[in-house]
Amino acid sequence: MDNAMIVEARGMNHWFGTGEARKQVLFDINLSLPRGSFTVLMGPSGSGKTTVLTLLGCLRGVQDGSVRLMGHELLGAGDAELAALRQRLGFIFQSHNLHESLTAMQNVIMGVQVRPGVTDDLARRAAAQALGLLGLSDRLDYLPANLSGGQKQRVAVARALVGNPAMVFADEPTAALDKDSAADVVDLLKRLGAARGTTTLLVTHDNRILDRADRILTLEDGRIVTSMDDT
Amino acid sequence: MNRLLQWLFGRLPIGWLQLTHKRGRFFAALSGVAFANVLVFVQLGIMNSMATATLRPYTFFNADIMISAADANALAEGGNVARQWMLQAFADPDVIAGTGLFIANAPLNRGDTDISLTTFGVDPGQPGFIAPQIAGDIGLLQVQDVAILDRLARGISKDEAAAIRPQTPLSFETQTRTLTALTTFAGGGGFGGDGYMFVSDQTFLSLFTSRSSSAPDHILLRLRPGADVAAVVDRLRGLISDTTLRIRSYGDAAQEDLRHQQTKRPTGIIFGFGVLIGVLVGLVIVYQVLSADVADHLREYATFKAMGYGPGFFLGIVVEEALVLGILGFLPGLAVGTAILTLMGKATSLPLAMTTGMAVTVFLGTVLFSVLSGVIATRRLAAADPADLF
Ligand SMILES: Nc1ncnc2c1ncn2[C@@H]1O[C@H](COP(=O)(O)OP(=O)(O)O)[C@@H](O)[C@H]1O
Ligand SMILES: [Mg+2]
Repeated sequence: MDNAMIVEARGMNHWFGTGEARKQVLFDINLSLPRGSFTVLMGPSGSGKTTVLTLLGCLRGVQDGSVRLMGHELLGAGDAELAALRQRLGFIFQSHNLHESLTAMQNVIMGVQVRPGVTDDLARRAAAQALGLLGLSDRLDYLPANLSGGQKQRVAVARALVGNPAMVFADEPTAALDKDSAADVVDLLKRLGAARGTTTLLVTHDNRILDRADRILTLEDGRIVTSMDDT
Repeated sequence: MNRLLQWLFGRLPIGWLQLTHKRGRFFAALSGVAFANVLVFVQLGIMNSMATATLRPYTFFNADIMISAADANALAEGGNVARQWMLQAFADPDVIAGTGLFIANAPLNRGDTDISLTTFGVDPGQPGFIAPQIAGDIGLLQVQDVAILDRLARGISKDEAAAIRPQTPLSFETQTRTLTALTTFAGGGGFGGDGYMFVSDQTFLSLFTSRSSSAPDHILLRLRPGADVAAVVDRLRGLISDTTLRIRSYGDAAQEDLRHQQTKRPTGIIFGFGVLIGVLVGLVIVYQVLSADVADHLREYATFKAMGYGPGFFLGIVVEEALVLGILGFLPGLAVGTAILTLMGKATSLPLAMTTGMAVTVFLGTVLFSVLSGVIATRRLAAADPADLF
């Protein structure tokens, strides 16, 4: 295995359903993501982007082939092992998925507190710092209901990045945002990721984001059809 | 509160924040728990007072063994016992004294209300069978138609009772005779009567003319100091020819009476059911609140799952919520329960009161059942699949 790669998938197939309804949605996926890269995954709706993301992000069990993430084989890994790996990953969803009863600060604290041995004080400082980097220093004690869509998604980015994850997975994080907020969020994601050496895999339809990518993968009908490398 | 919980759990008090986020629902849930607590407190209070009231008349006497008729499930229930069996009991070397105890209810007209006093006919020459707080006055009963009245009986006012002394006696009519109360003792109303009264066996027989001096309701025996009561009871069962009689240690007789009231009498069973219903109401309310809360936050929980939080974390949130509901619901429940029991006690002159034992039991029960409901409610968490978030 190449140590420069944080993710390596080889011959990955995936099926949904059982019996008659069983349907293959991914076919022989091979991909490698270098550490610190910013990769955009594109493709028409239903092509399997989300499925790839959830498999690489340890949110689903790998059924066939081999996926190595941070040196761990995901094929055959148990729930607890996957959950432990996820503690070192960051996720940004299409909807912000912030907890309505927690303030911006408390939501971000949840992103660090999951790591074993993080003190209360450390979690607070890290959360305040992350929100500061996303320009939300004056919104620390706001509940999500009192934030704009762009602000909420920036809190979600802070929550994903606060624990210094080795890798961030984002699935259409800008779909619900207006043009300016969308560009803002992606720029921040890219800039902060680069500063921390975080690898990012971003699923998007948004063409404006393409020019920010180091690499672009295109998926069609469950197969990778193009793999463009910027370098 | 936030800081306290944060310190207690070593993490953000998400359960608390989540519960208090929706104030209306939170207060409704707390009132529900408090209501269940009040229900249990009132029923327990009544059950306790039934126990106190049932055991109280036993404290008026001083005996080691009681001989009663087969159907005498309670002190004032069942047939009578022939005095001749007492003579047979004297054949046992450990039996040093015996006396007959007569019991009947005497109706008493107190102006606008009629009350009923459980009347004990005792031998005034044997004060040793009477509890010390009354025994000193028992000699007064030597005079025909003299009574010792219960100063805590319903229908007798405090002032009236306080005025009763040998110099200023109180005369009253019962069973077509005029009795004179020369002094009083502390009894109290129960479920079966409004209070108690002591008269001599002679006065008793003239009040209740159908009764005979040869057949009291119970026979009380006292044993030589140091005698083994259980062994004597066994020997008497062999010695006394009427094998249908209930021959029991005095303590056992009291406990059997209580058990009978609690498990065989409709009142006892109904109050026992009341406790069960209170517990069920509390359980259902807490379960409803917690499982609705889990269902409302499935998406957030799935997000936490995606972030790598494990099952223990979610169980912790729900248990935290259960504890908050249980503890905060208990406090108003305790306050209202105490108030209701005190008012009911005043209105009925039954020994109704909040006891530390009740409060502790109900508190532990509330917390236990809340946590139990919480644990059941977490089953819904399985539906939070982080892969569905994308
Ligand atoms: N949980 C599921 N159960 C069954 N089929 C699914 C499930 N999730 C996705 N699919 C199917 O898998 C294919 C790929 O879906 P997805 O990965 O969500 O595509 P994309 O994210 O590119 O739109 C689609 O045909 C979709 O209907
Ligand atoms: Mg998708």
